Amino acid sequence: MPVTLSHYLFLAGILFAISILGIFLNRKNIILILMAIELMLLAVNINFIAFSYYLGDLAGQIFVFFILTVAAAESAIGLAIIILIFRNYKSINVADLNRLKQ
Amino acid sequence: MMQFSDYIFYFFSSILILASLKVITANNPVYSALSLVLAFFSAAGIWLLLHAEFLAIALVLVYVGAVMVLFLFVVMMLDINLESLKRGFWSYFPFAILIAGVFIVEIYLVVSDKFFLESQIETFGTSKSNTHSIGNILYTDYLLPFQISAVILLVAIISAIALTMSGHKSHKAIDPKDQIKVKRNDRIRIVKMKSEKR
Repeated sequence: MPVTLSHYLFLAGILFAISILGIFLNRKNIILILMAIELMLLAVNINFIAFSYYLGDLAGQIFVFFILTVAAAESAIGLAIIILIFRNYKSINVADLNRLKQ
Repeated sequence: MMQFSDYIFYFFSSILILASLKVITANNPVYSALSLVLAFFSAAGIWLLLHAEFLAIALVLVYVGAVMVLFLFVVMMLDINLESLKRGFWSYFPFAILIAGVFIVEIYLVVSDKFFLESQIETFGTSKSNTHSIGNILYTDYLLPFQISAVILLVAIISAIALTMSGHKSHKAIDPKDQIKVKRNDRIRIVKMKSEKR
């Protein structure tokens, strides 16, 4: 079957669903949750680029450029926070992060 | 009639989906990070098919080169207790696969519409390269967002350094504040003592 725009959109949808599944399965591991968020951003970027190609408008690629920038900043700060959490709790298990409860 | 590029699309997208499944199910976070690298590579291949050459190379350079190495650093630096993280891994699986399945079916119903199947390919005005045309509109129409993203990166640098800088000092640096406050008596002490005979 020749590849059309809907193939790219469906691929991005599958990728997004996989990362939702990943957040559910790895709900105790903060690092894996961050990786699943990166996969979600990748799925959204594939959508943007597919539309940009099939509609002949470069604005979609500009958006992907900005998403990449913000995602890099987000993962840098997220990993810094993970390091802080590990330093204070000696664990990155989400179930251990209940200090506000006590 | 399938063209050669269609086979490439199916090849890259199957690798992408398998790699992302490996990301979320791997036993060791290091394997997850490496599978994520593979997923980003195949996504870059798909972006090349869509004539987004600049972004494909930027994805490989920025993500595979910088962000994933950062992930690997953190994963290897932290002493993670894997058993406690893996406990109850499959307990929410039926619910999660239900939600993911419903999501995929919904997406399929939307994107199998005739509009997406028959949408025309328009060209960007192919006389210039992709990088050239992105630069043309990035530095004119999108100049303000471009500068804002630079500020965001600066804030990210400062906050990441400020967050991870620990309170105690592990290096021999001189504190200028203490250096200025130094009095003469802090440094030398004149001891009066009698001279002794030989």
